[in-house]
Amino acid sequence: MDGNALDATMLSRIQFAANISFHVIFPTVSIGLAWFLVYIREMADRSGGGVWETSYHFWVKAFALTFAFGVVSGVTMSFQFGTNWPGFMQTVGSVAGPLLAYEVLSAFFLEATFLGIMLWGHNRVSPKLYRLSVWLVAGGTTLSLFWILVLNSWMHTPAGFEIVDGRVIATDWLAIIFNPSMPYRTLHMFLASMLTAAFFVIGVSAYRLLQGHRGEDVLRSLKLGVLMAAVVMPVQIVAGDMHGLNTHEHQPAKIAAMEGVWQTEKGVPLLLFAIPDDKARTNHFEVAIPNLSSLIITHDLNGEIKGLNEFEGAHPPVLPVFWGFRVMVGSGMLMLALSWLSLWYLRRRGEMPRWLLRVLVPCTFIGWVPTLAGWYVTEIGRQPYLVSGVLRTVDAVSQVPATTIAGSLFTYLALYAVLIVIYVATLFYMARTGGGHHGYTASSAAVHPVAA
Amino acid sequence: MDVLSHEHLVLLFGGLMGLAIMAYVLLDGYDLGVGVLLSRASGHAREEMVNAIAPFWDANETWLVLGAGILLVAFPLAHGIILKELYLPVLVMLVGLILRGTAFELRVKSPPERLEAWNTMFVVGSATAALSQGFMLGQFVVAFRTDLAAVLFACMVAPALVAGYALLGASWLLIKTEGDLQRRAASWAQTSLWLTAAGIAAVSLATPLVSPRILEKWLNLDMAPMMMAVPVLVGIGILWLSRWLARFDPVRDDGRAWLPLALTIGLFLVSGAGLAYSSFPYLVIDQVTLWDAAATDETLRMILLGVVIVLPPIVLYSVFSYRIFGGKTTHLEES
Repeated sequence: MDGNALDATMLSRIQFAANISFHVIFPTVSIGLAWFLVYIREMADRSGGGVWETSYHFWVKAFALTFAFGVVSGVTMSFQFGTNWPGFMQTVGSVAGPLLAYEVLSAFFLEATFLGIMLWGHNRVSPKLYRLSVWLVAGGTTLSLFWILVLNSWMHTPAGFEIVDGRVIATDWLAIIFNPSMPYRTLHMFLASMLTAAFFVIGVSAYRLLQGHRGEDVLRSLKLGVLMAAVVMPVQIVAGDMHGLNTHEHQPAKIAAMEGVWQTEKGVPLLLFAIPDDKARTNHFEVAIPNLSSLIITHDLNGEIKGLNEFEGAHPPVLPVFWGFRVMVGSGMLMLALSWLSLWYLRRRGEMPRWLLRVLVPCTFIGWVPTLAGWYVTEIGRQPYLVSGVLRTVDAVSQVPATTIAGSLFTYLALYAVLIVIYVATLFYMARTGGGHHGYTASSAAVHPVAA
Repeated sequence: MDVLSHEHLVLLFGGLMGLAIMAYVLLDGYDLGVGVLLSRASGHAREEMVNAIAPFWDANETWLVLGAGILLVAFPLAHGIILKELYLPVLVMLVGLILRGTAFELRVKSPPERLEAWNTMFVVGSATAALSQGFMLGQFVVAFRTDLAAVLFACMVAPALVAGYALLGASWLLIKTEGDLQRRAASWAQTSLWLTAAGIAAVSLATPLVSPRILEKWLNLDMAPMMMAVPVLVGIGILWLSRWLARFDPVRDDGRAWLPLALTIGLFLVSGAGLAYSSFPYLVIDQVTLWDAAATDETLRMILLGVVIVLPPIVLYSVFSYRIFGGKTTHLEES
């Protein structure tokens, strides 16, 4: 492996990470938000319109905006497999191919087509069919989450295959789909999406209240978001714990990196702070709580955790995995505290103090923090493999020159930086104005007389 | 499905991929075409034009994911080669599609004084995506060569495809709009029809020059009657359609407003069939055949199972959606 190829690998990884990070933040909002909309639509239909209807019409616009950003970044995503990782399909295509095909066929067309009805069809179809469309969009988004997490889980805990002439051949589709980490990873991600959407609803509603939109629909959205966050957050902690046990069983090197454990030990302390050093193979500046790590990972104070030294040459870089995990857990705890505090105020006083609303506004996208940090933990934690034990990342990279990749990476990063600012600004503009305007109006003609 | 031999299975997937790409070209083609034509309109006409494609664009773009997806999962070897060769045009196309797709939402959800900026982004995004797709098509025909003649050829195909998309878009607007805008759509259709015809003629003349192998295929005696009849029929069709468009009257001819779109689709299908005939059995011309690039039979059978189960419902609910949004979309209302 010469220096150039390594550079291309690193650049391809950064480009893939940049693309998928920019992509995943939108479906993470929209999958959860789709289920909020299902609930709000059901309530609106049952109560014959009114407050829920007003609420629905606002959130469906926020959903449309988010979904569009998810679609365009998703189309980009679908080209990334081939452009930068041709070795991936050539080696594990017999598993990855059908799973990706099933995602496109069963989910993408469903959500895209019924989204059209959801956004534009309320005067053209019966209320019943309209409601069905809202359900189908939510179902479609969740189905796409399912298929892509089946594939991702299989890359972590491959099962149901054999290797013939260096290529993976699928042998048992049930084992492939229900591979060991799939149930935990899928549940963990689905709950992450519900929480991200809950804080999205909370933050935007808090902003609207502060801006003087004190309608019943805004308050009700806020309450719904708070209730969702407060209830789902503890469930997510349990799901995350189960996912951790599963990772310990199947990917011990990743756990060792998450916990910063170099030597195999029993009764491992939990490191609150440390600077892992890959070269010296040790940690600096440790701050630890005795035995807690063993308790968390093995549910036994004296449980054994395998150290990184057992996987020398085949374990992930420790620093990003170690800190990614702490950022995920830390921001999750903050979300738990914020949701319970908000719930307490709403139960006790029926409203929230302005200082708390002001804190919640910048938390609109707080769900992105643990989601991305968690993805970095699990994906970097799988290195040096692309498919655990089957395919190394360096063996899958394309022969595109490093300079070309650097150019495309720069293009994507610049575009994404601009788009994310526009997305956030547009969302808060909609929050201020109750959903934006409707294209060409007399006022826009006044600003641009030439256009008229 | 075990009755399908390897030979037929690969052929079937080649056909499926061709159909998905053709569906993409026709469907996203008309909405990218409307995006390009947006530059010719202003004020309220633009709202009507965007309304004419708003409920459909997302599902239309999904056909690209399916077409590229079949290439990826059924012909992984070719996918690796093609996407490496087309690395930059694919990047440009994706940037164009991103600009177009986000502009769709931003133009109605951000401050009104920004509307013109988003409209510009909409036009630029649509045109960029269309141009890069045309360039890729040209590169495909010349087997991804990068000598001057090959690149010039691809640069010639690019605007031809934009003209073709504009023709699809104008024909679509003819169905979805009324009154003055409909009259303008007829005139846009006529202009783009001639640009498309010029593009097809230029590409047809240049193709044998840049690809001796295709010339050989075209001179095949068995195909001679076809090779002579098709250009004549296409020429007659274009002349007739141009006359019809020139005399178009929004009141008298609205009942037959679907005619240009039907003929345009026919034109695309004939061109697509010609391309398929010229390149078969290659995915990378003269280098990689469908069979060289195909995934294993087991993989293809597994995907086919999904296609057989899910594609019919997709077609059904897509048709259903087009029926819901059938007729004029001048008065489309957002939820």
